[in-house]
Amino acid sequence: MSETEFTTDVVIIGAGPVGLFAVFELGLVDLKCHVIDILDRPGGQCAELYPEKPIYDIPAFPVVTGQELTDNLMAQIAPFGAEFHYSRMVTRLEKQDDGTFVVETDAGETFHSKVVVIAAGGGSFQPKRPPVPGIEQYENTSVFYAVRKMEDFRDQDVVIVGGGDSALDWTLNLEPLVRSLTLVHRRDEFRGHADSVNKMRALVADGKINFVMGQLGRLEGEGGQLREVFLNTAAGEMGVPATRLLPFFGLTMKLGPVADWGLDLHENALVKVDTEKFQTSVPGIFAIGDINWYPGKLKLILSGFHEGALMAQAAKRIVHPDEKVIFQYTTSSTKLQKKLGVA
Amino acid sequence: MQIIVTDQDGKVHELEALEGWRVMEVIRDWGLNIKAECGGACSCATCHVFVDPEWQGRLEPPSDEEEDRLDSAPDVGPTSRLSCQILMTEDLDGLKVTLAQSARQDEAA
Repeated sequence: MSETEFTTDVVIIGAGPVGLFAVFELGLVDLKCHVIDILDRPGGQCAELYPEKPIYDIPAFPVVTGQELTDNLMAQIAPFGAEFHYSRMVTRLEKQDDGTFVVETDAGETFHSKVVVIAAGGGSFQPKRPPVPGIEQYENTSVFYAVRKMEDFRDQDVVIVGGGDSALDWTLNLEPLVRSLTLVHRRDEFRGHADSVNKMRALVADGKINFVMGQLGRLEGEGGQLREVFLNTAAGEMGVPATRLLPFFGLTMKLGPVADWGLDLHENALVKVDTEKFQTSVPGIFAIGDINWYPGKLKLILSGFHEGALMAQAAKRIVHPDEKVIFQYTTSSTKLQKKLGVA
Repeated sequence: MQIIVTDQDGKVHELEALEGWRVMEVIRDWGLNIKAECGGACSCATCHVFVDPEWQGRLEPPSDEEEDRLDSAPDVGPTSRLSCQILMTEDLDGLKVTLAQSARQDEAA
């Protein structure tokens, strides 16, 4: 059984660039961190939205891609031994009477910490929901945004929508199990691997699956059980039997549970902080990077790094209230260099 | 220079636009309901608009990258574009677009 209870100095929610650099700044003041992220890898928006896109406004990097920035940050924070928990969402954050915090994830873990740092960017990445009326009533019974158990699709009439690797991979993997399978995409071009595209086209040619060029139009069924999906095609509306629907349109950021943690928000979307410590309305909970708001806020990675540095000073005083904090430079301090493993 | 934007509720807005701005930036700057979560990198499709058919042919055609990215908008139509990929010029004075449901901030999708 995997471990489900953790005690640490700091829990960081979000493994984007700002959450990662917070590990560094907190590490320099001897605070140990656990980092939780909904994605299955570090990098946040840099990894999910633009891993290959150039970024030009990171100091001292004339150009760096989202993935390179993430890789470099992971190398830079390696000496501090933070523990990472990927593919889980923080569902609950609560302050205890003794001033410490309890953080729970949807994977059933509980973290106990003295400080919590919210570095959650635009919120958590969640599947895009097609704007089809009434789709919510079928979610988790007939409509799924991921395949967790393939058995749930055996002998079903399955409709898969999308043109990327998720749509293609699940078309290929589920085809042997299902009663019928219809792949729907807006055009006859696919972004997935050429090999998957060829295999999919072969299944269409053999009459094992159907491909329809079109869009999701409306759904029919009752009591959460889908019966038929209507597609909008160039030739008009077309009904397809469907007891399972898998829309694959990628991920989008949603604020999610952060809104329920009793923090003062700005326009119901961003967490208000002060600009001395980047602390929220709840002492001990900090918010840094794109998720926070203060007068003059700029959503820059650069700003998030600065916010992390100041936050770490305040976090140190909470975790070790009796220790004197000496301000030092990594260039000249042997003590800091020992922590970095270079002295 | 102006663009004419119909929002998701059918309300029409005439927005002052500046040369060199992306249409997405104009819409966002005026506070309309647009998510544009990647900030203009052609990486997310949450600035999806429908261009008025009479304007469609007057725009630079979409790049392959924009076409690929449109695949991740769930409500694409024949005149769909990503508004971050349309650069304002004098020629586009009066451009008409309609915000897609999938560009909403609250439920982009």
